[in-house]
Formats: sequence, C-alpha cells, structure tokens
Amino acid sequence: MNLFLDAFAWLGDPAHLSGVDGVPTRLGEHLWYTIVAVVIASVLAIPAGYLIGHTGRGRTLAVALTGGARALPTVGLVFLLALLVGIGITAPMIAFVVLAIPSVLAGAYSGFEAVDRKTVDAARAVGMTEWQIVTKVEVPLGLPLLIGGIRSATLQVVATATIATVVGAGGLGTYIFRGLRSNDYTQMLAGSIVVIALAVVLEVVFSIVQRLVVPAGVTAGRPSDTRSKAVRAGAVTATPLTKGTQ
Amino acid sequence: MITANKKGRLTVLGAVAIGAMVALAGCASSDPLSSGDSSASSDGDTLVIGSQQYYSNEIIAELYAQALEAKGYTVDRQYQIGQREVYLPELESGKIDVFPEYTGNLLQYYDKEETAKSPEEVEAALAEALPDGLTALKAAEASDQDSYNVTKQFSEDNDITSLADLKDYSGTLALGAPPENAERPYGPPGLKSVYGVDVTSTPIDDGGGPLTVKALTDGSVQLADIYTASPLIAENDLVTLDDPENMILPQNVVPIVSDKVDSDAQDVIDSVDAVLSPSDLQQLNSKSQTDKESSATIAKDYLTEKGLLDQ
Repeated sequence: MNLFLDAFAWLGDPAHLSGVDGVPTRLGEHLWYTIVAVVIASVLAIPAGYLIGHTGRGRTLAVALTGGARALPTVGLVFLLALLVGIGITAPMIAFVVLAIPSVLAGAYSGFEAVDRKTVDAARAVGMTEWQIVTKVEVPLGLPLLIGGIRSATLQVVATATIATVVGAGGLGTYIFRGLRSNDYTQMLAGSIVVIALAVVLEVVFSIVQRLVVPAGVTAGRPSDTRSKAVRAGAVTATPLTKGTQ
Repeated sequence: MITANKKGRLTVLGAVAIGAMVALAGCASSDPLSSGDSSASSDGDTLVIGSQQYYSNEIIAELYAQALEAKGYTVDRQYQIGQREVYLPELESGKIDVFPEYTGNLLQYYDKEETAKSPEEVEAALAEALPDGLTALKAAEASDQDSYNVTKQFSEDNDITSLADLKDYSGTLALGAPPENAERPYGPPGLKSVYGVDVTSTPIDDGGGPLTVKALTDGSVQLADIYTASPLIAENDLVTLDDPENMILPQNVVPIVSDKVDSDAQDVIDSVDAVLSPSDLQQLNSKSQTDKESSATIAKDYLTEKGLLDQ
C-alpha cells in the first residue's frame, strides 16, 4: 500500500501540478487527444456504418478490414508512422483513429441492423422515403448501440493515448514511460491513477449522455432494461446483438 | 448461420493476415536461441565468454572469442545473458571467464557512491571496486555512452562543437532523448547546473534510434541524446558535442576476466582493445544493424583486417 500512498503524495506535490510537465497540462493534452481521435473516427465511421447498416452491403468487408486493423500493435504503428511524418501528435493521432474506428463502425451498423425489419417495413408502408426511414426510424432506434460503440472507442483511446509520449507528444503517458524507464514506480503509478480516474469520469459522462440522447420508448442497448422489456417491446425493437448477428 | 460464420472467418483472416505481416516484419535476422545452448561450465582449458543481451556487446565478445581461438585457446560462447544482476554473480563464481563491460555502469554497480568523472579516473576506480577474483583489463578507447549530438549544419552555423558552447546559443534548444533522460544527472538538470544551458525535453522512446535522428534532422529538436557507439551518428553526419566537464559518465569498453585467464590470454584480449577505436565500434555496429551481418562474420572480418587472427 505504501506505493499507493507515495503515488498520491506525488500527485499532491505542488511541483507536479504546474508548468508544461504538470498534471493539469498533461491531463488536458490527454483529454484533448482522446476527444479529437474519437471525433475524427466518428466522422469517418458513422456515415460508413449507417450506409452498411441501411443497405446491408459491405458489412463483411468492413468487418474484415476494421477487425484486422484492430490487431495492429498500436505502439509499432506509432513508431512506423512517426518515421514518415516526424515526432509530435500526428503519428499517434492516426493510430488512435485507427483504433477507435472499429468500435464506432460496429456501433453504427449494428444499431441499424438491430432495428426490427417489421418496423422498417411499416415505415415504408406508411409512405416514408428512404431518407426519412434513415433519419426518423433507424438513427434514433440505433442510437443506444452507436453511443455504446463511441463509449467503448473512447475508453480504448484514453488507455492507449498514454503512448503519445513515446514520440514526444506528451499526455499522461509521459509519467508512465519516464517512471518505467527510470525505475520510478511512484511516478509511474501516479500517472496510471490519473489515466484511470479520467477513464472512470468519461464512463460516467457517457452513461449519462447515453440516457439523455435515447428517445423515449427505446430501450434496446440498456443492459438494465433489455431483459424485462424486450418481450413487450419486441415489435418495436429486437434485442439487437442476438438477433442481428447469430 | 452460414453468412455469420463466413463473416466471422473473414474477420479472423483479416486479423491474422495483418497481424502476421507485422509480426514477420519485426523478426530480426538472427535467432537468439540458435547459439549458446550448452550449459555454462568452466572446466579444463576452456574459457567461457559471456555477453549482454545487446548486439554490440555480443560483437565485442565475439572479437575476444575469435582472437583467443586464433591463439589456440578453446572457448565456450555464452552470449545474450541479459542484466548485470544475472551475469555478474556468474562471473564472480567463476562460471564465466571473460565478459565485455562498460567502465562507468560497472563501477556504479559495485560502488554507487563513487564520484570519479574522467575516463581515466573511472577506470582506476573500477580496478579498486571489483571483487576479488575479477580483473578489469585495459579499457578500449571505444565507448558506448550517452552523448549529445547536433546536425553538422547546426554545428557549423552556430559554431558549436561542445556542450560549453551551447550557452551562447540564442534560440530555444529542444532535446530529443529517451524518457529517463529527464531524470538523469546528465539530463536537463545537469545541462543547466554544469553548463548553464536551458533545454526543453522531448521524450522519444526509441533509445536514440532512427526516430530520434529523424527529429534532429527535420529540425523538431536541436539536440539529440544518442549512444556514442550508434552507427547512426556517422551515417547521418552528426556532430557529437564534447563534454569538457565530464558530466556524462564515461562508458569505455572494458573486458572483465576471471583468474583463469592467464597473462598470455590477457595479452590476446588486450591486443583487441588496443585497436578498438570509437569509430571502429560504430562501424562494427553498423554492419550488424544496417548490413544485418552476424557477429561471427563481423568479428572475423575486423580481426583479419587488423591482423589479429595471424598465428
């Protein structure tokens, strides 16, 4: 336990709380990298995921490609890219986006696939255009799964953004790698604690957002609600992942 | 069901294909498991030669090994042994007879309080600090230590060839260095207290490798911490700044030998270190890193060139 006490003492030391190497600055960098990576990934992956989900085409290819990209070791990718573009945030940012895309993409298309075909057929039968079906039926109903995908992408990027420092881009990984290489485990643990705290805070924020943005009556994707209401709500929404992929 | 399985298989295939590509790209040219599989035993007339888990150290060990073999000694190679905590006890107990080491780090292992600074002082202090049964032979001129490097153009434009010249430089100095540099006595605090130089530290975690050099040559940093034995210094025409105050602990190559190594054998090892210059070591390392030659080939070529394999 002493190590933990030391780590918290390290975090409380005023010398570590100001300046370019201070915790607030590093935390800000870390959070900023995470947000930018997830936003870029969302801009790329959500339209693609919706297209796949709505048309039902290209899913196999998308899954194979993004699944494969997920297997890339991110540290290796960062060094490889940095040799091309130089040190700084560019190389890690590309790697973080590559890391975030599969989760967001899966959230987008599985959200669409989770919408019961009968609901879509009903929408078409009452005269909705394809665009209306997408915007008024599939997007709102798929939202819980999409947010879930973004949430999991965010968590992965928060944890992985620690490697931005290996190419001089800062972030909370600065403490972790410096501590690791100089056997200063107090500093290493202190850095890890801040990363964990940030991840927990983002999780809480997402769980709140997830509840706020989901339309009334849509319950799919809420773990607590799915079981009890799925039977009744079956006509509107299926239990997505089980029906969609098995 | 069929489509689901098919999709699953494709995902796996994609993952495996990309994963395999990356894994294969990471494969080194030499297999660390292919040599040194016999157990360490120092008996009879056989001299056991060890090396660290570091390609450059293995090349030096191989130099000693082949030089000794040329003079009729039988050697047993036990390379790639890893950390000092592992191999030094083996040396002390007589299971290894010859080991290439580095003066500063070895001295600090045995005596953390030591304050010797110049290469000569460190070598002398090391001779004192070694436990009974171990002897440090004469250190080579070649060394493998941290050094601060600038591009040739930066050096010429600003007339900077020494760390002492840096304090007159008016621009900002960004230093590309491994993360631990920030905490080392020779890192930014040392540059400030010893030479009066302010630098901003940029961690680059590739051990003074190609990415550090790229950051230096593309101007992202002005100073780079690179090991003196790195072939990258010569390949990129970098200027290593002098350290007149001996702020950086010298790490000259020094063979540590057991009592089993008689004076004739010591002379053979000394003959290798007598010719091993800093640029020689860089070139030997370059043959390993750039040309992907084996340590045996590199050592044989070098010793032949220096006439040390003659009977």
